Amino acid sequence: MAGKNHDRRQSGQEGRDANRFRRPKNTKKTLGRMMSYLGKYKFRLILVVLGIALSAGSNVLGTYMLKPIVNTLEEMVRMIGTDASYVPQISAIVKYLVIMGAGYLVGILGLYMYNRIMVTISTDTLYRLRKDMFERMQKLPIKFFDTRTNGEIMSRYTNDIDAMREMISQGIPQLINSSIRLIAVFAMMIVISPLLTLITVAVLAIMLLVVRTLTAKSKFFFSKRQKAIGQMNGYIEEMTEGQKVVKVFCHEDEVKTGFDVINKEVMDTTVSANTWSSILMPIMGNLSHLHYAITATAGAAMAIGGLIDIGSLASFLQYSRNFSMPITQLSQQFTSAMSALAGAERVFEIMDTEPEVDEGDVTLTYACRNANGELMESDHKTGIWAWRVPEENGVKLIECRGAVNVNEVTFSYDGEKTVLHNVSFYAKPGQKIALVGSTGAGKTTITNLINRFYDVQEGEILYDSIPIKRIRKSELRRSMSMVLQDTHLFTGSVMENIRYGRLDATDEEVIAAAKLANADFFITHLPQGYNTVLTADGANLSQGQKQLLAIARAAVADPPVLVLDEATSSIDTRTELLIERGMDSLMQDRTVFVIAHRLSTVRNADAIMVLENGEIIERGDHDSLLGQKGKYYQLYTGMFELN
Amino acid sequence: MIKQLIKYAKGYGVRAVFASLAIIVEVLLEVFIPFVMKDVINQGILGDAGMTIVIQKGLLMVGLALASLFFGVLSARLSVVASAGFAKNLRQAIFYKIQDFSFANIDRFSSASLITRSTTDVTNLQMAFMMGVRMLVRAPVMLVAATIMAIKISSDMGIVFAFGLPVLSITMVIISVTAFPRFKTMFTKYDNMNARVQENLIGMRVVKAYVREGHEEKIFDDAAQGVMDAQVRAEKIVIWNMPVANFTLYACMIATCYIGGQNILAGSMLTGDLMSFISYIAQILSSIMMITMIFINFVMSRASASRVIEVLNEKIDITDSEADRDLKVEDGSIEFDNVSFSYAKDGNNLTLKNINLSIKSGETIGIIGGTGSAKSSLVQLIPRLYDVYDGSIKVGGHDVREYTLENLRDGISMVLQKNVLFSGTIKDNLRWGDNDASDEEIREACKSAQADNFITSFPDRYDTELGQGGVNVSGGQKQRLCIARALLKKPKVMILDDSTSAVDTATDARIREEFKKHHGGTTTIIIAQRISSVIDADRIIVMNDGEIDGIGTHRELMESNEIYRQVYNSQQKGVA
Repeated sequence: MAGKNHDRRQSGQEGRDANRFRRPKNTKKTLGRMMSYLGKYKFRLILVVLGIALSAGSNVLGTYMLKPIVNTLEEMVRMIGTDASYVPQISAIVKYLVIMGAGYLVGILGLYMYNRIMVTISTDTLYRLRKDMFERMQKLPIKFFDTRTNGEIMSRYTNDIDAMREMISQGIPQLINSSIRLIAVFAMMIVISPLLTLITVAVLAIMLLVVRTLTAKSKFFFSKRQKAIGQMNGYIEEMTEGQKVVKVFCHEDEVKTGFDVINKEVMDTTVSANTWSSILMPIMGNLSHLHYAITATAGAAMAIGGLIDIGSLASFLQYSRNFSMPITQLSQQFTSAMSALAGAERVFEIMDTEPEVDEGDVTLTYACRNANGELMESDHKTGIWAWRVPEENGVKLIECRGAVNVNEVTFSYDGEKTVLHNVSFYAKPGQKIALVGSTGAGKTTITNLINRFYDVQEGEILYDSIPIKRIRKSELRRSMSMVLQDTHLFTGSVMENIRYGRLDATDEEVIAAAKLANADFFITHLPQGYNTVLTADGANLSQGQKQLLAIARAAVADPPVLVLDEATSSIDTRTELLIERGMDSLMQDRTVFVIAHRLSTVRNADAIMVLENGEIIERGDHDSLLGQKGKYYQLYTGMFELN
Repeated sequence: MIKQLIKYAKGYGVRAVFASLAIIVEVLLEVFIPFVMKDVINQGILGDAGMTIVIQKGLLMVGLALASLFFGVLSARLSVVASAGFAKNLRQAIFYKIQDFSFANIDRFSSASLITRSTTDVTNLQMAFMMGVRMLVRAPVMLVAATIMAIKISSDMGIVFAFGLPVLSITMVIISVTAFPRFKTMFTKYDNMNARVQENLIGMRVVKAYVREGHEEKIFDDAAQGVMDAQVRAEKIVIWNMPVANFTLYACMIATCYIGGQNILAGSMLTGDLMSFISYIAQILSSIMMITMIFINFVMSRASASRVIEVLNEKIDITDSEADRDLKVEDGSIEFDNVSFSYAKDGNNLTLKNINLSIKSGETIGIIGGTGSAKSSLVQLIPRLYDVYDGSIKVGGHDVREYTLENLRDGISMVLQKNVLFSGTIKDNLRWGDNDASDEEIREACKSAQADNFITSFPDRYDTELGQGGVNVSGGQKQRLCIARALLKKPKVMILDDSTSAVDTATDARIREEFKKHHGGTTTIIIAQRISSVIDADRIIVMNDGEIDGIGTHRELMESNEIYRQVYNSQQKGVA
């Protein structure tokens, strides 16, 4: 897909625009938290402030030096006029120029220094923010991901971190810089001429008024524009996703007309919003010129009246030009700081989300049997797994065989709608248990509970007679492989993707697993065989091939329990028949839970549970269920619509 | 690239030109102010013209500033309208272009990528356009005007610029040229990092199921570290911008003061001149800085431009410019003559190989075959969703390329495997098949597709609102609505690509029965996984690996075709 990658970054930029006038809920707290991230660089931050102060100070000082220079020149010019024998010495101003130059040099050094330090601070802070957020994200329960869209979470990595980056790398230094400059310039103005400063104060008042009015106006229109853009996004999304249908029905013209209406709306709102925001700069800039003009006139009048010397006027005029910039910057920085803090709040929200609780103390270990047939821990793969159950006096080992007891489990995702009602069943080690039923019947919920993606609310699940709440989640999941309906592959080679099941699997083991899943055939036909790099989510494979890889991945993990959630739904029945032997050997000696839409997959299960509305309404093996002529019979003979 | 994009300013060009003119006026007025100020000092304070000239010139300066304010705001407004108009045109062009895409074109772009191109990328270009109209005009004009004014004040001080300008320009170029590839690297790494997060999110269940959180953290950490290092490498260069600019500015100031001081002492210059001159230095150097900034921004929006252009220049591989406008599909006969097809348009990578097939008008054809056997590819060639690689397909006795796409597709209804309903009412959706369909006709089609029952069970019946993608109907219901929509076209050929997979077998059978009863004259092609869906077809085609493995009735195939038998058995085993 051309340019797919870029789009992710781009959507970040879009977001910045979208978030232009966002506000944080708790400014103070979030700011404090953000500052604590910067707290690590206390010493360097002091250097930054010092650098900014030096650079701003040298600028202010340099401008001030115009006063003695001009005055000295004027004095000498006057001397020439009155005394014919007077020989003016240019060296009289050189000392001021040297001071000026030295000051500037120091300022430039300060400027470079603080910028360089800020690069380190900001990149490092961003790195830590990302890392902390990602690490916390890995520990969050599945529920967190189920209740949010991926786009929503992604935008925290793009938009929000981007807004924070701008604030840290530019916003904060500019804020300090502008403030120091504004205060220093203002102070120097008062020192030079309090009278002329009155003009400045008046202009300042007008400027603040302008900034406030324009910001409020553009804020109003930006939110309108955002709405229009949202609408347009929705329309484009819907139409491009259904583009093939549009083509098949030759509906292009109607779709174009629909777009034109929305497009016009986006343009109109954009014009309103951008007008208010773009006239800020020319207004502020020209107010500064106006300020300059009035100051020059008033200053000249004062000079004629002897109220100010010409050198002071020269400096003052220069200051008046430097005055509007910091104000414009401050107003802009304020807006972007607010949106950065709103972003920071969302980033911290992830970091503050409670991680998956895991109070379990039972772990999984390799085991072997000693001469007496007793279970012993082992440090290498033996084919036998055991639960290490800590008890008051030492540790008990229980062989992990894959017996699962689900006892009277009732469950609800949201606390309102009950998804499972009092469900009980058991799987003896090595049994194949099938769960069938229509969408929403609660099949997947059961597997969600068995591997503790969600925790049981009522009732309990025992695993080799250990309550699964006692088992550490990571260990529990290590003991079972899941093959899901929406097979997910990662960018990387086929080999790496299969190896995801067990990171230390050798190439031979990976290939053996692929053969077992009947995936070896198509893999070896790929351009680079097992080294073929799969693009994002295996776009170059068919859904059926992806499922075969996922089965291979489960096979390489070689766990005692296997959960197949619609694992073969995209594989046609004939191919399924071909991999049946592989599947059979994969399921051999394992407890297997199969969820299937297609009932041909579950025929040979030891027990089949038919679920409806969260309850088991029928149970038994294939033949006995068919004999009952109940729901299963209906499903099997296709008399009932599945989905 | 610019040349191609600029034509989308059509209709707003006058405004853009006036925006540029207004900003030129603004700059000239602005530049003139220090020049007037010089007279205030020289004549008012140092000379003997006194208060009169101060007030006179003062009023002139205020007037200049106000006029400049007016032109500045005017220019801003004009450029906003022009750039928004430019963006509107561009978005329209992109969207219209997408509507012209063939299936092969659509396959090349993801829906998400098309959205970003028509929103974010266009917004970036809109900003660039606005900047081009205003800043890109403003900065050079300012540079030239201020330089002229400065030299006018004192030509021998102009030597300061002779030193300052080249030094600054060269450094800026060096910085930009060095930084640009580094930024590019950074963006690539940044994209990769985000791609990794995205993958992690999509695959979260897999990550958790295999307890690979630590592994993921390690991969992410590497990516994030890569971004950090690349960013430091890039920004390390850019931060030289300000110090160098300041150094040049300050050096020029000091040099000006020194040379100016000498001139003043020599009597060839007045203090007011020096003061104005210093103002000009600041203006000149800031415009150079501005040019650098614009340059960097343009470079950044270049990526957006190339992405937009990629869409605009996408070669539409299926057009009907050669077609006979009046030719309509008259009957439903279909003829495949030695057809080969390749998605990659590569003779060594054929999806379909040498297909010969003749279907009579009104026949019902079933197609069976495994995953990847090219069943869908075969039927997609009929309404020319893709073009053949070799050979030809005739519909109604004419090559499909002789029809206009509209006439061809009007004659052929296809229910796609991945079908979509749009937001709007059920009726709105059905009308896609026929804009002028009467309520009666709609109802008829829905009855045939076995959809009328469930539609009338909704409180709003045919006016029930469907969410985007038809989220509030079940999969089986959605499939039946799609069939009804296709039926409304009253096509000569009806293609159902696995369109009843979520429909129960009984309903599926009733749909087929309806087809036979009411649409007997329509050629019907049914792709199915279930044998039961095709068992009573006139002929069944068994596809295998891009080739026809067998054709015949159910009975014939059961006898002669190994694959068919296997499929049949795989679906029958165990049924009592």
